[in-house]
Amino acid sequence: MVTVAEMPAGFADKVLSAQSTFRSVMDAMARPGSVQRIHAVPGTPAPMMRGTAAIALTLFDHDTPVWLDKAMSATADVGKWLKFHTSAPVIADSAASAFALVGNPHDIPPLDRLALGSNEYPDRSTTLIMQVDSLHAGPAWELIGPGIDGAAVLQATVPANLFDRLAINAVLFPRGIDVVLVHDDAVVAIPRTTRLAAHGA
Amino acid sequence: MNATAYNFAYLDEQTKRMIRRAILKAIAIPGYQVPFASREMPMPYGWGTGGVQVTAAILGPGDVLKVIDQGSDDTTNAISIRKFFARTAGVATTTSTGEATVIQTRHRIPEAPLHSGQVLVYQVPIPEPLRFLEPRETETRRMHALGEYGLMHVKLYEDIARFGHIATSYAYPVKVNARYVMDPSPTPKFDNPKMDDCPALQLFGAGREKRIYAIPPHTRVVSLDFEDHPFTRYRFDAPCALCGADDSYLDEIVTDDRGSRMFVCSDTDYCEGRQAAGHRGTESAAPHKESAHG
Amino acid sequence: MYVAVKGGERAIENAHRLLAHERRGDRDVPEISLSQISEQLSLGVDRVMTEGSLYDRELAALAIKQARGDLIEAIFLVRAFRATLPRFGATEPVDTGAMQVRRRISSTFKDIPGGQVLGPTFDYTHRLLDPQLAGAGSPEAPATAEPLASMPRVTDILGRDGLIEPSPETDADAPVGDLTREPLSFPADRDLRLQNLARADEGFLLALGYSTQRGYGRSHPFAGEIRFGDVEVEFYAEDAGFAVPLGAMAMSECQMVNQFKGSATEAPCFTRGYGLAFGQSERKTMSMALVDRSLRARELEEEIKAPAQDEEFVMSHSDNVQATGFVEHLKLPHYVDFQSELGLLRKLRAEFFEAASEPLKEAAE
Ligand SMILES: [Zn+2]
Repeated sequence: MVTVAEMPAGFADKVLSAQSTFRSVMDAMARPGSVQRIHAVPGTPAPMMRGTAAIALTLFDHDTPVWLDKAMSATADVGKWLKFHTSAPVIADSAASAFALVGNPHDIPPLDRLALGSNEYPDRSTTLIMQVDSLHAGPAWELIGPGIDGAAVLQATVPANLFDRLAINAVLFPRGIDVVLVHDDAVVAIPRTTRLAAHGA
Repeated sequence: MNATAYNFAYLDEQTKRMIRRAILKAIAIPGYQVPFASREMPMPYGWGTGGVQVTAAILGPGDVLKVIDQGSDDTTNAISIRKFFARTAGVATTTSTGEATVIQTRHRIPEAPLHSGQVLVYQVPIPEPLRFLEPRETETRRMHALGEYGLMHVKLYEDIARFGHIATSYAYPVKVNARYVMDPSPTPKFDNPKMDDCPALQLFGAGREKRIYAIPPHTRVVSLDFEDHPFTRYRFDAPCALCGADDSYLDEIVTDDRGSRMFVCSDTDYCEGRQAAGHRGTESAAPHKESAHG
Repeated sequence: MYVAVKGGERAIENAHRLLAHERRGDRDVPEISLSQISEQLSLGVDRVMTEGSLYDRELAALAIKQARGDLIEAIFLVRAFRATLPRFGATEPVDTGAMQVRRRISSTFKDIPGGQVLGPTFDYTHRLLDPQLAGAGSPEAPATAEPLASMPRVTDILGRDGLIEPSPETDADAPVGDLTREPLSFPADRDLRLQNLARADEGFLLALGYSTQRGYGRSHPFAGEIRFGDVEVEFYAEDAGFAVPLGAMAMSECQMVNQFKGSATEAPCFTRGYGLAFGQSERKTMSMALVDRSLRARELEEEIKAPAQDEEFVMSHSDNVQATGFVEHLKLPHYVDFQSELGLLRKLRAEFFEAASEPLKEAAE
């Protein structure tokens, strides 16, 4: 069991670390497919990566229910760390989550089991934070949409069917799921407006 | 009752988190107005509290802040807001559009093209573009949900029937990413084309109405119009009397009580930059002109 | 040559210095103290605490002094201060039935258990300016009476016989809404409506309440009871596991007894309108109770046709800090937009006169 004293630390400077982390995430969301770096380095409970931990410290609090996948909830460490540092309630019902943390990208829940928002309030939707093995190697994906000048190329080890599954965003818009990919200190956002570029047509 | 020490950029961290989450959703759903729990700021509602909260939530010690009102850095409200952040966040401030990383604005978009490292934060009084056609929030929310904007087109078309033109000269509605009709804040319609495919991130904050919305960089922003009555950008035919610019938005200045007027750039940084580069207008500080015009 | 206006920063500083000077007034007149404001302008302090949503007499007095007696400006100062305070949680509901009553009247019964207690009231004073107050005076000490042990609320007495609807209950576990922390959405539940009304401008509520009496959403109100006094405030401390007393607050409460409802399946009974405020704020709580009742039109299945029944209208315009900011923002420069309108208007006028002169031209040809 992890005691409070052994708990991995949060940000050394809460205010400025949260600010710089937010700007990285904001830039990522504003420029889908681009790789942004997170400079603040908090402690992390395994299997959480430091980018994920920094995002949690920046955006989570008692108003944001968080859902954890099997990898994240394999031990109690992540849940305890979140509760201690952010006060965010960890919930079992993914459809009520403001954030979903996915440690194993091959085991994400069906997206319609997350909060998709309503047509009146599409912002009341889950942001899916997914840890991946790489954000600079792996298959290349060509992305288009708001925030992208022409097309952006993302090279990442994401599940082959991720973008097929995200096609739900095109059908449901303005409802949808916004995805943040994390590897170590790197983040890439795939908001609900981002589409795979069509080829060969 | 000690003098209270306020947090960096004034807002407490819980408030910043709430605003930051709203900003991320706003970026993810371009043109959609995200409700947020706007706080009471130490300046009046209607005087930029929405823009101030957005700026406070994004600003970091490395930022360089520019604040303009009516295009000018030296209008009293712009000075007041700039001082607020210089004091509460200790950030560097500038009047140069090019040097700024964050620009908070009321009623104008700078003339100089923005670049990708920048964030433009608009102060918004009434974020709902349909509000003056339908005062009820429950109704306008339904219209946005359905993407049902017939009412707006009817209004614009009635203008044409009555005046021969669309009689909206500022806060001219736009459609963002082919989905949401959005209020660009009360900027003159001259500025509307600058919003389209803009390399900078555009964030909009309405404090009293408790809404945040956004246009990501390189997003399609189209001013509403009709095929037979296309959107036109209005501008005076005259060049700026100080810098000779013929591509900027102009303020009209009444120079005497006999109807004399002159026109000068509303964007003071743009105008001063041109004058420094040697451009001259009819009222520039050349000695012979000075005597000619008293 | 034209030189653009500069020096706004100096102008602002000078204006603020002048303001501080004017606030002080004639320096030969002794400066007013916070305790003088708190003790002798106490109803103004009560209003600032109520609409400022902060129970602190000293801060409210300071705000009134700083605002030169402009109560809306003072409310604004208190609100801005309040917005930065850390939050520990919500108190337990106050029990106004256990209030240490200083004033209590009912207009529905001649006599009630505990009796009618006039207390400190302007009622039945003849509104004649009192020249003696222009100087210093020492009024007589008030008559005293033993505080009554029990003073049940009139609505509780009516409720015992089912003559008035039970106070609409919400799920005890449901968190109480807070419109200062959550953006408001419509339709709004009664907890949010009451919060909005408690913070609302007294004058706005007064006018709306008055409008219901004149037929714009009539609700046949009776002032079941108005009471003012001190209530205990308790906070449930999770660590301790029990409610900790925080102290007493002076509060006013008004319970209106209104138009009855009933149906084939429901016995008719009176309906409620509720008002609660800090300090002695009687006009405020009475107006609030009238407007609370009219805003219940939706749940009571009454036709919504008057402004006071329209929750979007009432809740969106009741806050004087919002209202004063937006009305007064019109004094900020708007010359960019005005220029745009001016240009459009000139163009439309030119076209108008051109069109008007055309038939003449044709006639001349
Ligand atoms: Zn110029």
